Amino acid sequence: MDAIAEIEVEGAALARRQYRVRRSPLTWVRGGGLSTLLFVLPRLLAFGAFSWYPIVRTVVMSLQHTNLVESPTWVGFDNFRAVLNDPLLPIAVKNTAYFAFLALIFGYPVPLAAAVLMSEARRGRSLYSVLAYLPVVIPPVVAVLLWKTFYDAGSVGVFNTVLGWGHLGPYPWLQSQSWAMPSLVLESTWANAGATVIIYLAALTAVNPELYEAAAVDGATLWQKVWHVTLPQLRGVLLVTMILQIIGTAQVFLEPFLFTSGGPANATLTVLLLIYDYAFGNSLGGDYGMATALSLMLAVFLALFSLAYLRATRSWSTE
Amino acid sequence: MAQFEKANPSIKVKPVEYQWTAPSFAAKLAAGTLPTVFEVPFTDARTLGDNGQLADLTGGARALPYFSKYNKAVLAEGTDSKGRIIALPKGAYAQALHYNRKLFAEAGLDPNKPPKTWAQVIRDALQISQKTGKAGYVQMAKDDNTAGWILTTLVYTLGGRMEKGSGKDAVATLNNAQTVTALNMLKRMRWTDNSMGSNFDYGWSDINQAFAAGNVGMYVSGSDVYTNLVQASKVDPSIYGLAALPIAKSKNAGVLGGGTEVAVKPTVGDAEKSAALKWIDFFYERPLVTKARARQNASTLAANKQPVGVPALPLFNKKQYDLANTWIKPFINVPLGQMKPFLTDIFGQTLIPEPAASTQSVYHALDPVVEAVLTDRNANIQSLLDQANKTAQAAISSGK
Repeated sequence: MDAIAEIEVEGAALARRQYRVRRSPLTWVRGGGLSTLLFVLPRLLAFGAFSWYPIVRTVVMSLQHTNLVESPTWVGFDNFRAVLNDPLLPIAVKNTAYFAFLALIFGYPVPLAAAVLMSEARRGRSLYSVLAYLPVVIPPVVAVLLWKTFYDAGSVGVFNTVLGWGHLGPYPWLQSQSWAMPSLVLESTWANAGATVIIYLAALTAVNPELYEAAAVDGATLWQKVWHVTLPQLRGVLLVTMILQIIGTAQVFLEPFLFTSGGPANATLTVLLLIYDYAFGNSLGGDYGMATALSLMLAVFLALFSLAYLRATRSWSTE
Repeated sequence: MAQFEKANPSIKVKPVEYQWTAPSFAAKLAAGTLPTVFEVPFTDARTLGDNGQLADLTGGARALPYFSKYNKAVLAEGTDSKGRIIALPKGAYAQALHYNRKLFAEAGLDPNKPPKTWAQVIRDALQISQKTGKAGYVQMAKDDNTAGWILTTLVYTLGGRMEKGSGKDAVATLNNAQTVTALNMLKRMRWTDNSMGSNFDYGWSDINQAFAAGNVGMYVSGSDVYTNLVQASKVDPSIYGLAALPIAKSKNAGVLGGGTEVAVKPTVGDAEKSAALKWIDFFYERPLVTKARARQNASTLAANKQPVGVPALPLFNKKQYDLANTWIKPFINVPLGQMKPFLTDIFGQTLIPEPAASTQSVYHALDPVVEAVLTDRNANIQSLLDQANKTAQAAISSGK
């Protein structure tokens, strides 16, 4: 047995050697290796330069103290310690969680409801799609500046004027610590719902129409059809959009940055805004070490959270 | 520029659009995209110099013929802790009260008699808001250090200070009695009188816009803001009024002053540095000290419909400043008559520089306090200030 095995092994080695001999650079080129490499090279370079290099630099900088001009000094985990001792960190985490929570409660069901209603519409479905998607097409900065004028807290502000017709308000919108965050979520839902609506609409077309017909035969109402057919059929997509939304809201920056700069009185200071403040808030160069340290902590947290989420929902989504 | 290049044929000047902003400065410096010559606020020049982020100009600066005539306090703003000169002054301002003459008249107030005490400011603000429906008094209250800057201004006028001592050993005194008084003034205007309008998140430029749009009765900003009001917001000159800030009867009370420095990026070689100094001398400093350059400058500005004669503070001394103003008299196009309340009073006021240690961090610590007082009726001023003081002290001690 042993002898045979040895012979076999030798034979395999021989075959490998022959194979290697056959795979000369020339054959590699003839086999399309070079063109493959050429095609993949730009992507590799771009990905390396703009994704992986910054990630590696982030890890390095989080262990350094640097103002980007003088040579950096290694400080070990000092930056992480400084971040964890910053009294603003719990505020930022709490605010980010609050934003994510509000977005989940209000922002998450809205696109689903819109998609279901739109798929029920017999006519003008594409018009509705366009209307739903339009806010996504508007550049976010433009949208925020537009909404900022809508949110004017005076009685002449757009929203306050409209609500005033119904003898409501004027409301403070961005000018109050308790109103500011819900105001941001409202704009953010409007701005981002369109993209998710399109995903749901696509998923809805994949639902077997026979299921609806069967439900209709059983005398199901629209709500019952949604609850017993649509939602179970969409659960895979729903779970993915939920984790995407949670990751997205955990990184919310644009709205608090442009609307309120984190105010009033830190009521809308989010984790990403805090990172920005560390790096750029102080005109004397900022603390890039602390900024990268908090960025890493956020990235690790989100990675772990996503993993746990996928684990926990695996059986549910691939039942 | 053409004149400069003609006089210095070996130097080529390439103008770039540049505004000094905190977020982009360090990144531009690191990326090497910073212009050779650029402007920085008084607040930051010294610390940037200490951090090695500005070129050492000592030798060239000392050789300037008018060097010995600089106001010592102004020169100190551009001298780092090792005594190196790292920036030269471009201009200086004092904080002032800007007011809308039209709203004053509409409210039945005399536009030629702006308030001289804070009690009058509060009273006039109430009258303006009641009679015109516009905000009587507004104040910068943004999280970008402007809220803290203006609060510090108010506290100085009441005789308070934000810190004692200098450098990392400085002691933060944000929670002093005068800060409490200033915040209570704001609280009263905001919640009792409701004379501050409905927007409480103004920064430096949007408060100017709101004023130029005619929606603001009074606000505090630098005495040289008129330039921006004209350039960026096309203010109607007839509504503009400028007064000195009300100063309390206390020996420590005074007006906060600041300014702009011109600096050179630290990575330049010797030839470029000396060219940069020549340009600074020609473009920024000579118009202040030589008649021909002053007139030339003023006539160019006036021809381009830019403001000439906006009130500033002397970089050398009052005599030189007055003399320079007589040179450019034919070109002055700002409503000097409407700025008389400021021009009459300012030179009698004590000028106090910004907090020297961790200036921006001190302001930043005060930002949320101002915001809280303006957005929360029940804000606890003392505890907010105690917290801000802790934050500021931590920043000062770590040299941030």
